[in-house]
Amino acid sequence: MARTITYQQAINEALDQEMTRDPSVIVMGEDVVGGQGAEGEMDAWGGVLGITKGLYEKHPNQIMDTPITESAFIGAAVGAATQGLRPVAELMFCDFLGVCFDQMYNQAAKFRYMFGGKAETPLVVRTMIGAGFRAAAQHSQSLYSVFTHVPGLKCVVPSSPYDVKGLLIASIRDNDPIIFFEHKMLYTMEGDVPEEPYVIPLGEAAITREGGDVTIVTLGRMVHLAGAAAVALAKEGIECEIVDLRTTSPLDEDTILESVENTGRVVVVDEANPRCSIATDISALIAQEAFGALKAPIRMVTAPHSPVPFSDALEDLYIPSAEQIAAAARDVAGYGE
Amino acid sequence: MSDAIQTLTMPKWGLSMKEGKVTGWLVDEGATVESGAELVDIETEKISSAAEAPAGGVLRRRVAAQGDVLPVSGLLGIIADPSVPDADIDAFVADFQANFAPPEDDDEDAGPATETIEIDGANVRYLVKGEGDGVPIILIHGFGGDLNNWLFNHDALAEARIVYALDLPGHGGSAKAVADGSVAALAGAVRKFMDALGIEQANLVGHSLGGAVALALALGHAGRAASLTLICSAGLGTEINSEYIQGFIGATRRKEIKPWLEQLFADPSLVSRQLVDDILKFKRLDGVEDALRTIADGFLADGTQSAVLADRLGDAGVPVLVVWGAEDRIIPVAHAQGLPGGVTVEIVAGSGHMVQMEAAGTVNGLIEGFLNR
Repeated sequence: MARTITYQQAINEALDQEMTRDPSVIVMGEDVVGGQGAEGEMDAWGGVLGITKGLYEKHPNQIMDTPITESAFIGAAVGAATQGLRPVAELMFCDFLGVCFDQMYNQAAKFRYMFGGKAETPLVVRTMIGAGFRAAAQHSQSLYSVFTHVPGLKCVVPSSPYDVKGLLIASIRDNDPIIFFEHKMLYTMEGDVPEEPYVIPLGEAAITREGGDVTIVTLGRMVHLAGAAAVALAKEGIECEIVDLRTTSPLDEDTILESVENTGRVVVVDEANPRCSIATDISALIAQEAFGALKAPIRMVTAPHSPVPFSDALEDLYIPSAEQIAAAARDVAGYGE
Repeated sequence: MSDAIQTLTMPKWGLSMKEGKVTGWLVDEGATVESGAELVDIETEKISSAAEAPAGGVLRRRVAAQGDVLPVSGLLGIIADPSVPDADIDAFVADFQANFAPPEDDDEDAGPATETIEIDGANVRYLVKGEGDGVPIILIHGFGGDLNNWLFNHDALAEARIVYALDLPGHGGSAKAVADGSVAALAGAVRKFMDALGIEQANLVGHSLGGAVALALALGHAGRAASLTLICSAGLGTEINSEYIQGFIGATRRKEIKPWLEQLFADPSLVSRQLVDDILKFKRLDGVEDALRTIADGFLADGTQSAVLADRLGDAGVPVLVVWGAEDRIIPVAHAQGLPGGVTVEIVAGSGHMVQMEAAGTVNGLIEGFLNR
């Protein structure tokens, strides 16, 4: 039965249900048990934003706090994954992944390949992305494209409470290393989520809105801004189809290309910086595979090539807006008309 | 004047429907229509169907035009006797539009919500509508379906009596444990549902596998069924599209399942993306694939139906109506032939396996006529 819960509660529920189902699923990370504001283990805070709150009480032998040493605990999680556990490591902000880059891209990502398919690394690294939290340049990036670049890693960028639960359960049950990018501005978003566990297959994009005039390919929080733009554009007679990638690796090329074949007009919306990004990657894919269907140049709406500003006013300008998305869609819809 | 003037308004199909789009009128202004006739095609985000005439008369006005999007209860058209002056109708329309307020977007007032009852420790989800002292109806969906398969039938049938629709074990919002998954076990689950809700006797309406379940219940528990309506029913012959069953069970992605779902309808364009997404949401729940496999094993053997009860139809001792979509690609319409005497058989042209959705008005009328015989 579905009921309305938040994105944050959906993550907690997925972890709880998988830890119950499979005792080899463990959760580890900074303050995932205790943390600031906690008076004791039973009042455990559950991570910097309380996502894992309550899991210690239910699964005391499957959750552990780690030192503030990303290189050590991500390395430990990679090793544990090769030895029969299914670790879900919480690496607070994706901005800190640089500290343990070797463990991720040179170890976890390579084991299956270098050991002739005999090694499995069922690891999930949960981490926060996104600007808008007034957390400045070192806690606000959206670095999924960096890891999408690396073969052997899967990258998941859920946009809704329903998706985040089904994709996290799919990730935990998957036998490859996965980086699970949670947008911190979506944690309080509410939506219908079934109480039972369920799996959304990795590598299937969602169509969150159907339309025949312009395809908007996007992911994460931008799905909702694209949705707001599409509502505004519908009043002008422009019908947008929104493709929510859900996972950047594996990438559901078929769904993107099918939509583009239908509309011939594309806007790619990405909250990350614009160079060597998901936006450029998707644009290149479309230019290469669906050039004949295009009726207008591909437009990208992204953040600028700049760190995320700390000034509220500048941060608001940094994040792509529904108005910018609508303007780009209007441009491609009118191109050549 | 309002007695002589009847409004045709945007129907509400399901709890989540807020508005619908007029995709085309089926009847010209000035035409005489019968009550229940399909007048205008409506598209919602979930599925398309036709709005039906609330009363007989002349379609005097098509108020909504093709392409218009109206909220639920918005004015689509006017049916009235030819004797009503045009000026009265114009005044009525003007008055309606001036005073019309769309229903509050409040789920509490959106009509009855589904309920859940625990039977033998397992949840059973159901939806009940209507009121009255007569023998109630129980709607039993088919393999892989749920109570929403009766979206276009539930309200219409509930105008005269209480109508229950339930989710069979392993389906919809009911628990996913299915015991041995046999037709007899599913029939037992429906009987326990009747016991739990104090329903002594019911008119059983079953679609596809639900038809076999209804028939097994009537045969196994004398007196509990007052009548049987079997729609594109399993259990009446050996042939079945077992590729569909296996394909439906095995498909995990949108692209894989859509071609199978299209086989359910004579008009495959009725399979909207929302319909596909809703079915995938069900199929992705833990335990569903196992439940569906177990149930399929319970009524299939070597690609044919293993529980054929056609020659025992007469033993049920109750009136039987058999309805079939002429273009059913799951269970052949030929199973409607050669049934024992006394069985009423109705073949609906231009419809497939989901005939109760595709030709809802026709099927509702057939059931109503059968129950009022």
